[in-house]
Amino acid sequence: MRARATLLFWQVLVFVLFLAGWHFGTATGVLDPFFFSRPLDVLERTWRDFASGVIWRHLWITLVETILAFVLGSIGGVLAGFWLARRELLSAIFQPYLKAINAMPRVVLAPIFALWFGLGIWSKVALGVTLVFFIVFFAVYQGVREVNPVLVANARMLGMNERQMLRHLYMPAALSWMFASLHAAVGFALVGAVVGEYLGSAAGLGYRIQQAEGSFDVTGVFSGMLVLAVFVLVIDALVSFVERRLLVWRPQAAVTGIEA
Amino acid sequence: MQGDQRAHAAVRLEGVSITYRLPDGRRYPAVSATDLAVASGEFVALVGPTGCGKSTLLNVVAGLVAPSTGRVLIDGDPLSGINHRAGYLFQQEALFPWKTALANVALGLEVKGVPRGEARAKAERWLARVGLGAFADRYPHQLSGGQKKRVGLAQVLAREPSILLMDEPFGPLDAQTRAIMGELLLELWSAEKKAVLFVTHDLEEAIALADRVLIMSAGPEARIIGDHRVPIARPRDIHEVRLTPAFLEIHRALWHELRAEVLKGYARSEGTTDRLP
Repeated sequence: MRARATLLFWQVLVFVLFLAGWHFGTATGVLDPFFFSRPLDVLERTWRDFASGVIWRHLWITLVETILAFVLGSIGGVLAGFWLARRELLSAIFQPYLKAINAMPRVVLAPIFALWFGLGIWSKVALGVTLVFFIVFFAVYQGVREVNPVLVANARMLGMNERQMLRHLYMPAALSWMFASLHAAVGFALVGAVVGEYLGSAAGLGYRIQQAEGSFDVTGVFSGMLVLAVFVLVIDALVSFVERRLLVWRPQAAVTGIEA
Repeated sequence: MQGDQRAHAAVRLEGVSITYRLPDGRRYPAVSATDLAVASGEFVALVGPTGCGKSTLLNVVAGLVAPSTGRVLIDGDPLSGINHRAGYLFQQEALFPWKTALANVALGLEVKGVPRGEARAKAERWLARVGLGAFADRYPHQLSGGQKKRVGLAQVLAREPSILLMDEPFGPLDAQTRAIMGELLLELWSAEKKAVLFVTHDLEEAIALADRVLIMSAGPEARIIGDHRVPIARPRDIHEVRLTPAFLEIHRALWHELRAEVLKGYARSEGTTDRLP
């Protein structure tokens, strides 16, 4: 407990020092407030956005896009990962294509998705799905293929048929791998949503940042980034909470901490 | 062999040989034509130098590995596929890590179609029998090595197999825990006598536990070169029995046979680098 308090102290100290440096930099004129804004201005703007309520609608839209991208991408990734891991030939056929698509920077797809799905939330969801899908897919694929062979032998000796092995062995093994990739998957769902908004939309946190940039409103950009950072931390804490509840069987050390 | 006199041995191997295909295409004759019989209710230990193929032979009896030649008879019936009359206790960790001790034991019953409540009740009784009644809700990572082996034993025995196959089951445990597990095994075995095929490299353990000790030669082309009845009465106290003259006498005789094979095994493994797949 003592060590945790000390750690928290140092973490907060880093933040305070950073803010103080920024503040005095702009106050003494070393940093030009036009390009770097002022920390107090950013806080004040953020406070005003929340107090007036304009930010809530944008937060909500980004949240919906993130959740949809995460859920759809995960479902697709789990199903495809499972399916290909259990079929040697299919996986060999698709391997090069999957690698090629995964290596492509998804940003280039954003305009195409905007054309296909319009400027509403679905083009952002699609972008998030292409990111989440591959993370979950590779995790599940790996998880199913690398199930402990002794466990497989034990399952067979216990008289399990193919369906029972799927339920008691492959599914839990794959899910535990999926959860290992959960932090990354949620993070990328958010990245997909925000980048999509940034490149073309009428609402969301990415849209807010893009708007502020368009009018050289550096305070607005930093305020948007601050809201985004807090948003990521909150979502990550939620994921950690769900993870702890669902993976009680795991040794404690394996449960990952925050990764933001 | 003494076990052969029974019309239907619980386990009978006839001319079983096992040849592997190595990754480079060569063939590796692991076990050459082997006959073996285990009568029902008989405790047979299979001892041999490391890497001699004794575990492979066990996997053939389990139906996990198909023999290259020969056949396997279980209670007189030829075996094809998994041997469903056998329970298998593995050397390595084989519990399902995402299930509690209780769920692990109940699992073998549930897949057989035993209703959930009944399976759980039976699993609870088995956990109590292996001395883990208070640990039903623990996950495998919360149990010690010996406790995990106990859960494994309960998982296997709860399904009431007529044959028990054990592959150096207590190998990874410390000496004291091994002795205690041996006692537990004998206690459970004497309550309902199953045919046991127990693979180990520990001669003392083999003699202390078994009715009959088979000695395997060093691979490749390993075969059974010795078949010795253990003339020690039951019930045995695993610790005390090691100090009796009868034990020392048979131990000396068997060690003489085994030692030559272990040395042969060393000599061969120094010449080649390939380990078995």
